[in-house]
Amino acid sequence: MSRRVTGPEIERLVQLLARLPGLGPRSARRAALQLVKRKDQLLIPLAEALGRVGETVRVCSSCGNIDTTDPCFVCTDPRRDASTIVVVEDVSDLWALERSGAVDARYHVLGGVLSPLNGIGPDDLDIAGLVERAHDPAVKEVILAVNATVDGQTTAHYVTDRLQGLDVKVSRLAHGVPVGGELDYLDEGTLAAAIRARTPF
Amino acid sequence: MEWTSEALVLGSRPHGEGSVILEVMTGERGRHLGLVKGGRSRRVAPILQPGNTVQLTWRARLDAHLGMFTAELVTGRAARLMETAAGVYGVQVLTALLRYLPERDPHPALFEAATIAADHLADPIDAGRLLVRFELAVLDDLGFGLDLTACAATGAITDLVYVSPKSARAVSAAAGAPYRDKLLPLPRFLAPGGEAEVPTPADLLAAFRLTGYFLDRHVATPRGEPLTPARAQFLEHLKAAGG
Repeated sequence: MSRRVTGPEIERLVQLLARLPGLGPRSARRAALQLVKRKDQLLIPLAEALGRVGETVRVCSSCGNIDTTDPCFVCTDPRRDASTIVVVEDVSDLWALERSGAVDARYHVLGGVLSPLNGIGPDDLDIAGLVERAHDPAVKEVILAVNATVDGQTTAHYVTDRLQGLDVKVSRLAHGVPVGGELDYLDEGTLAAAIRARTPF
Repeated sequence: MEWTSEALVLGSRPHGEGSVILEVMTGERGRHLGLVKGGRSRRVAPILQPGNTVQLTWRARLDAHLGMFTAELVTGRAARLMETAAGVYGVQVLTALLRYLPERDPHPALFEAATIAADHLADPIDAGRLLVRFELAVLDDLGFGLDLTACAATGAITDLVYVSPKSARAVSAAAGAPYRDKLLPLPRFLAPGGEAEVPTPADLLAAFRLTGYFLDRHVATPRGEPLTPARAQFLEHLKAAGG
């Protein structure tokens, strides 16, 4: 049995850090050591920032994004195109699209995808909120930016079915060859989808 | 312990940061689960999509263990299935039906039928024809099969147009006439001699009402869960295909 080398407070810090994605017990211990070594530059500012976020963080009641204000900055930004809603599975997808700078629209976070294996049905996702938003006459297009997985596309088709009858154009992301992808390594279905969605050159 | 087999992917759930617990249907070993290390990676995740056929190797120290899978793609169907609503709803219905089977219980005929159905899910009519027969086969394998060979009341083998919701046996038009409000309609393509008939969307919807009744009563309700919502969505698209 290994002997304890730190007090319970630092052990608790290590245990909490080890719960973060990408960190195991060893890397959590290294991170904790860096924090305590650089107490004034890192540990205290980090603790203050965490405390502040903990007090103010909330889920946007309109789009489901996570921010420190409700409605979130994305929903209140007047420069964004209010006629387009980009539907994403999770906040991480919203952040990824924002990093790309490809769209300047509003978002809607579903909170997951339909997954019978994991017991996630339509009532577990914020589809009703999306349908309600799509009823707004100002909304002209809904872009389904869900993952290219069977569960993701089942959700996309389900959302499309729910939006049927509304005066909105429903589109989805293209499927095909990823940048840096080699044709030799792609499955036949993806290649076929890429051929079908080819564009003039 | 080790075995290698071809398998139809039913689904996967995340395990830890990069791995998944994969659920597959095999011919000789039935529905089987196993851990795939790195199953959420960019290279492996597309292979493990529901509807794909993979070559699997399972390894474990003891037979009772969950074990580890390594998978190689044999037939990639997922991308094609994702193109149509019938495809994605169809594959969800197919996998939900296979999940009713007990784990590690071999059902080679169902595996064959599921593989054939997975190849034809993109078209709602073809998919409907195959899925409804698949539902009958699942009911049969679970011990709740329908007897559609002869009339439960008279023994007649012709003019079978109803099914009794109590006995799950066919009933002829003459014998069933007084009780027709209580009986379930039996579409001609499911009756003896009707195998060659091409069902209309209305026939298929009647057939799904029939199988849905018995699946709900004998399989879903005893488990305390409804039939998969994808089934209702699939039927909506089947109805739309019929005009």
